[in-house]
Amino acid sequence: MTDPDIPSAYVRDKRTPPPTREELRARIPGWGADLDPADRPSHPKLQYPADTGAHWDFPERQPERQPRERSVEHAFVTPVFGTAQPLRGLSGVVRRFAYERFSEGRLAHWVLLVAGDRIDAWGSHLRSFATLRPDVPATGVRGELAHGGLRSRRGRSDARHHLIDPVVVAGPWVAGAAVTYTGVRRVVRALRR
Amino acid sequence: MRAMVYRGPYKVRVEDKDVPAVEHPNDAIVRVTLAAICGSDLHLYHGLMPDTRIGHTFGHEFIGVVEQVGSSVEDLQVGDRVMVPFNISCGSCWFCARGLYSNCHNVNPNATAVGGIYGYSHTTGGYDGGQAQYVRVPFADVGPVRIPDWMHDEDAVLLTDAAATGYFGAQLGDIVEGDTVVVLGAGPVGLIAAQSSWLMGAGRVIVVDHLQERLAKARSMAYAETLDYDEYDDIVVELKKQTDFLGADVVIDAVGAEADGNLLQHVAGAKLKLQGGSPVALNWAIDGVRKGGTVSVVGAYGPIPNAVKFGDALNKGLTLRMNQTPVKRQWPRMFEHVRNGHLTPREMVTHRFPLEHVAEAYHVFSAKLDGCIKPLILPDAA
Repeated sequence: MTDPDIPSAYVRDKRTPPPTREELRARIPGWGADLDPADRPSHPKLQYPADTGAHWDFPERQPERQPRERSVEHAFVTPVFGTAQPLRGLSGVVRRFAYERFSEGRLAHWVLLVAGDRIDAWGSHLRSFATLRPDVPATGVRGELAHGGLRSRRGRSDARHHLIDPVVVAGPWVAGAAVTYTGVRRVVRALRR
Repeated sequence: MRAMVYRGPYKVRVEDKDVPAVEHPNDAIVRVTLAAICGSDLHLYHGLMPDTRIGHTFGHEFIGVVEQVGSSVEDLQVGDRVMVPFNISCGSCWFCARGLYSNCHNVNPNATAVGGIYGYSHTTGGYDGGQAQYVRVPFADVGPVRIPDWMHDEDAVLLTDAAATGYFGAQLGDIVEGDTVVVLGAGPVGLIAAQSSWLMGAGRVIVVDHLQERLAKARSMAYAETLDYDEYDDIVVELKKQTDFLGADVVIDAVGAEADGNLLQHVAGAKLKLQGGSPVALNWAIDGVRKGGTVSVVGAYGPIPNAVKFGDALNKGLTLRMNQTPVKRQWPRMFEHVRNGHLTPREMVTHRFPLEHVAEAYHVFSAKLDGCIKPLILPDAA
């Protein structure tokens, strides 16, 4: 008999047996309803559904109205695809290069796509400044007032991380504004001379 | 129509957009009656998912009414009230034929490593999502299901992803009777994962988070023990103490890419995007599970590499199981559980926002203000 103070990990069996089925069923609604691992919806991992609803061997192809970018790991553009926000502008060039040149297995593929995202975002921000609805560094912040921003964060350890948000979000905007201001001032001064 | 639109990291708004059109004979156009913001939408919102384009409409949790069908649609009819799995799947490729609906090979030209998902960037196929008044639903004969008359709309919308993913996460744990199951994250997925763990015979369910309202919900809704990781110097050591130094038999990561709990990982992953998200929860899972145990990963991670402690997983002989949830495969059984009251998804809903207030909804959910656990979006609310 081993010393009962020695924890379960160092002996053959768990020191504390789990509660009985009766105890668990009394306490937990539905306890054990899926007890048999072989009778769960995702067992086995590969299983042939009786009917998926598909009434085709290979789906009819959706018309490709403009060249659709695709992963080079695909044999072709899939028969169905999303048509939202087609590639355009400089971000489109970067993204298309990422798709055409690098497989999903290459970090460059993803880094280029992220770069495309940032180019897309900043291009859109700049264009928005010429509209009646310019972008702002962050949206929805009135929720801070309506939904207790300070109260909600009191005592939370992640509140200190939230302090980083304004720097990450607004930092590039502040830097951009500073560069713009400095540049414009230099141009104005140069013109005055 | 009115639709939520992405304007860059931390920026969304509502804009007028064209009503989507039928682009393939098996498409349907669905008028959205209820949508939700998923925790994984926050990864898009924060700019973590590559190829998230300006103008994209998010939203992969939605229900609605069929407004129009393509010429080859046989099952659905205009006017049907439908719930739509977040996966877009063809039903006929190698993967769908084997029940892996979340890994369909015929719907996402942009990547082979992930299937098609509504409103989840071009990395998952470039489909606009359901946080809008209308949405295009491809393969209408494969994905959508008519909402049973007895089912509450809020349960239906949560079954399209969050609830199904929690249930799937518990299955990936291969739980056997008497197991100690640790669920990391008491958000929508974690809460259902905890409820589901009991259905699969767990002897003990422990939920870890740091937000008090979520831990309280885990106790009341999922009858779980809870641990606030902020109360411990090292939550992994506490998990070992709680399990008599064995570690848990099963750990379910229901957190994903924006995990908190480690400043360096969080800032590098979630804030500065130097890796594909912050793998704090995944590393806690690897360290907190017992040797020979199983880690189930249903928290979402991006395609960029993460600093994961793979050596520990190897040395401990772990089984790592993961996937996006093949939603439709879960539904028949889940419908029974919801009807019997064994799974109670709508208990987690804390906020309901009109579509016009979607920016506020994202901010409140992202910053976890006002005890927000699950926000719904009402497309037709004034």
